[in-house]
Amino acid sequence: MADHHLRLPVSEQDVRALRAGDTVYITGTMYTARDEAHMRALEWIKEGKTLPVDFGQGALYHCGPIMKKEGEGWRLVAAGPTTSSRMNGLEAQFIEKTGARLIIGKGGMNKAVGEAMKKFGAVYLAFTGGAAVLAAQRVKKVGGVHWLDLGMPEAVWVLESEQFGPLTVAMDADGRSLFEDVARRIEKNAVEAKKRLGIG
Amino acid sequence: MKGIGDSVIEDTVVELLRMAVTQLPADVEGALKRIFDEETEAASKMQMKAILENLDLARKTGTPLCQDTGIHVFFVRLGPECGDIEAIIRKAVERGTKQIPLRPNAVHPITRKNPGTNLGVHMPYIYYEPGAGDCLEITVMPKGAGSENMSQMAMLTPSSGEKGIKEFALSTLLRAGSNPCPPVLIGMGIGGSADICMGLAKKALLRPLGSHNQDPAVASLEKELYGALNGIGIGPMGLGGRNSLLGFHIEHAYCHTASHPVAINIQCWAARRASARIYPDGKVEYLTHKKEGK
Repeated sequence: MADHHLRLPVSEQDVRALRAGDTVYITGTMYTARDEAHMRALEWIKEGKTLPVDFGQGALYHCGPIMKKEGEGWRLVAAGPTTSSRMNGLEAQFIEKTGARLIIGKGGMNKAVGEAMKKFGAVYLAFTGGAAVLAAQRVKKVGGVHWLDLGMPEAVWVLESEQFGPLTVAMDADGRSLFEDVARRIEKNAVEAKKRLGIG
Repeated sequence: MKGIGDSVIEDTVVELLRMAVTQLPADVEGALKRIFDEETEAASKMQMKAILENLDLARKTGTPLCQDTGIHVFFVRLGPECGDIEAIIRKAVERGTKQIPLRPNAVHPITRKNPGTNLGVHMPYIYYEPGAGDCLEITVMPKGAGSENMSQMAMLTPSSGEKGIKEFALSTLLRAGSNPCPPVLIGMGIGGSADICMGLAKKALLRPLGSHNQDPAVASLEKELYGALNGIGIGPMGLGGRNSLLGFHIEHAYCHTASHPVAINIQCWAARRASARIYPDGKVEYLTHKKEGK
């Protein structure tokens, strides 16, 4: 299990070299996107419109930060990851259409997304859910915001990060998922739990 | 002549919101530290370390520990005469959203429009409880969506009995898996009607960790479920580990002889709550947190 310090943008080759269980720190531009931004991005692509940011050049961060307006700019207050599984139905297409290679979130994503990661060369990086102040400390600057009409949590925020992490490679481009490894162990433990509860 | 001034209540609610989102109650932080000590695998240890470091940073900087400062659920025990408590709480939530700041999370359920204030129809939501007599008691629970979204309820048949409750508990926890930011606190409601049952599940989350239901049969079920499910292997943030639970709390109500309702409301590791009592002379007693400088 290796440590990687990645500078964005990353190549497909860089991404395919990451293995599930590795630790990653990211320096470069991260773009936040949750449910609404995913839906709008896919809609715009379908309509042939150009997106305001290039997700393939930075990292996609499942995050709805707390921002405070200070003068003309924004100050990042807190920015932990949101539950990635909400985007399960949108992410495979998102990866294919935008070329996103690094997806940061929490809780993991489903098999269909894992397949898209394998096919197009992308990885899922887990950050500790709720660790919002820790995350905010690794963001050096708010580069801007797009689609603020979606509301603060759902807008696309441009975050310039330095050594953002530690991130765990939880799903790699080879199709391995730490969450699936854990699920197999849970399945075994559940048999034992059922016995203990007298419902086996 | 009103017993307690509106501004005292409003200021106290803003302070409760600030306390709740920047610092966890001692029982919750204590449980997280114990779990950090108990975890042995590198992955789970790393998650717990980040959680504890983040708590420290949030406390030192007075910053919300999680960006999801939730929707705001209040539990109010009305005591002495006071003004329009709902209007005061709404003012305090709007002010707290700007001042602390909180993330504006409340949106219209169909149009998804976000007014940016955390205010909307029935939001914040207030549960009123029987009066506390000589004081007004206010509890705020900022409830994040990650854990709330994994909640479940079932109208079981009475014949499924205790076995049905246990199967429901196991399947709900497994279905939630890594999503609700484990280690989680499980709030379970048993009995009542559908709405009462889920309300009980939510209320169970307010109990301090380590406490038990006063009914011995229910307390024994709490212990049995915690004992069997904590080691299921989900672990901190779902990356595996020895502890999946902060606790397992059950609240119950008698129900219709033909009904067997059971509900689970899940709380992430950031089990935030803050309470205060306000007395007619304006004195404020904080129950879950220490006020800075005092």
